[in-house]
Amino acid sequence: MISEKYRILPGPEGFVPVTAALMGVVLPDEGGAFVEGGIIPENDALGMIAEKLASAKRPAVCPGPLLMWQWNGGAGPKAAAVRELAAACGAKIYPMPDYRAKSPRINPEIEISVNHPNITIQHNGIDVCVFVGVHSHYANFALRMIRAGTGCYTICLSDYAASDEAMISLRDVDAAKIGAITAKVKSISKGGV
Amino acid sequence: MSMSANINAAASAGPNQKAVSPEELLLKAPRERAFMTGSEAVAEAVRRAGIDMAIAYPITPQSESMHLTGDLFAQGYIKDYYRAENEFAVMAAVHGASLGGGRVFTATSGPGTLRAMEMFPVWAGSRQPIVCAFMCRGVALPPSIQPENIEMAFLLDTGMIMFHAENSQDFFDFILAGYAIAEQSEVHLPVGVFADGFFVTHTREVIMLPPDNIKLGEYNPDIAPIPPFDMEHAPMQMVRDPLLNKCNFVSYAASASWHQEVLAAAERARKHINKYMGGLIEVENPGADIMIIASGIAVSQSRDAIRTMAERDGITAGLIKVKSIRPFPAAEIAQATARASAIVIPEFNAGGWLAREVMGTIDNNSRVIAGPRVFGGMSLPGEVIIDVIKKAAR
Repeated sequence: MISEKYRILPGPEGFVPVTAALMGVVLPDEGGAFVEGGIIPENDALGMIAEKLASAKRPAVCPGPLLMWQWNGGAGPKAAAVRELAAACGAKIYPMPDYRAKSPRINPEIEISVNHPNITIQHNGIDVCVFVGVHSHYANFALRMIRAGTGCYTICLSDYAASDEAMISLRDVDAAKIGAITAKVKSISKGGV
Repeated sequence: MSMSANINAAASAGPNQKAVSPEELLLKAPRERAFMTGSEAVAEAVRRAGIDMAIAYPITPQSESMHLTGDLFAQGYIKDYYRAENEFAVMAAVHGASLGGGRVFTATSGPGTLRAMEMFPVWAGSRQPIVCAFMCRGVALPPSIQPENIEMAFLLDTGMIMFHAENSQDFFDFILAGYAIAEQSEVHLPVGVFADGFFVTHTREVIMLPPDNIKLGEYNPDIAPIPPFDMEHAPMQMVRDPLLNKCNFVSYAASASWHQEVLAAAERARKHINKYMGGLIEVENPGADIMIIASGIAVSQSRDAIRTMAERDGITAGLIKVKSIRPFPAAEIAQATARASAIVIPEFNAGGWLAREVMGTIDNNSRVIAGPRVFGGMSLPGEVIIDVIKKAAR
């Protein structure tokens, strides 16, 4: 059943979570951002991401293959911006270098797998996580599993369209947008807004 | 010089076409009248689609569309083209070409569709933006080359996006719109463009075409939601361990979430269908007490019935033309039929798949009259639809 009021919120949502897109949730056009099932101006969402990260107890950044392997010219500057963001908010980085199913060999202390992300989320008590540099199909299917099984607040910084399975998601993300989030995190940490 | 060498030379020369955006090609470019068959309209769409590779198994009596596509290769409009061994081989090969990052096209029909069936959910599961034209015809014994679209029922849950063309104009437009929609990064799914064979594919009608010196801009496989598949390099080295090779809850949950993502991708196509195709449905006489819901050439037959009935009998009926079958316009149909007391659904198949779809999505579905239906090659005269409407009006 399609609902205009469906919201993408931290779980656990249940055994098999509903799919956000099938609940009538739509992705933003250029200049917009996706927040908990609705669309708001992108600049407002940058601030919301910064607030979530600055107030998190155990934030995590999960960089995927698009960032880890430098397949294109934009990956290097973006990776540097992600490291700066993680440092600003005290987030641990859990790399996702590939999409192989790794169970039971995954070491949740140091990595995360899209196929069973909840192992890393729950093992480390991560309350806010940021996906970046992950192909959108893999990001969405992992974020849906996180929403199904954990209470983690999920953020996805997407290269193209945003992710409707994250609680907050930006589209067309480049190093400059990540830098803008970092600047807001630093401002909040200094007591600003 | 051999014939094939001549063809290769022509292909490498290539036509002088300017690459434009989908908006320019579909919505802005001026159009001129042409008079042609549906098969020729398919070829004209392919001419403007910037196809990298087309693969054919052009059975008779499907249509001549893939023969004409072969001519386009000889003229340099397509980079590569060959005839495969059978329909399954075609669909597997275009899958490979798409995984390799190319924009691909093929077409099939009826029994060919069923022979290739295994590949359609594979296309969707691997999120490939393949566009395939289906010239629907009978699949049962006794066979028929006349319009019958039961094969669409078998494809409803493959994960493909499905558009149903009423006429040659739709066939042309939907194929090009199919690429524009399929290649959106958040969609990135195969698109099947269906037309009711013979009536649409073999008869001539007036259609409006943009100039042939423009074409769709190149497909960028970097926007794909999954990595490009290259067996020698990352990430294919890394993704070839399938996530279903573990027998535990987590891998089942991952597999389920993967399937959900395919369905979600089709939902995300809605706003692009609205942009490039003017909506998932078209409505005539909104608010009428009796509404006809139809797709394909049943729409044309319904228009004829509505016109005749209004002029001769003074009865007004409305019409909902369903252009997108997947995603299905459930909310749009529910809204458009909210005030109708009777809903008539004429179809060119014995199973009545469109009636089932509608009945599964609207309130008070006892209003639905699931027919009339024709199949086995029969036509659907407007008078047959009028008879059903008059009975409903009593």
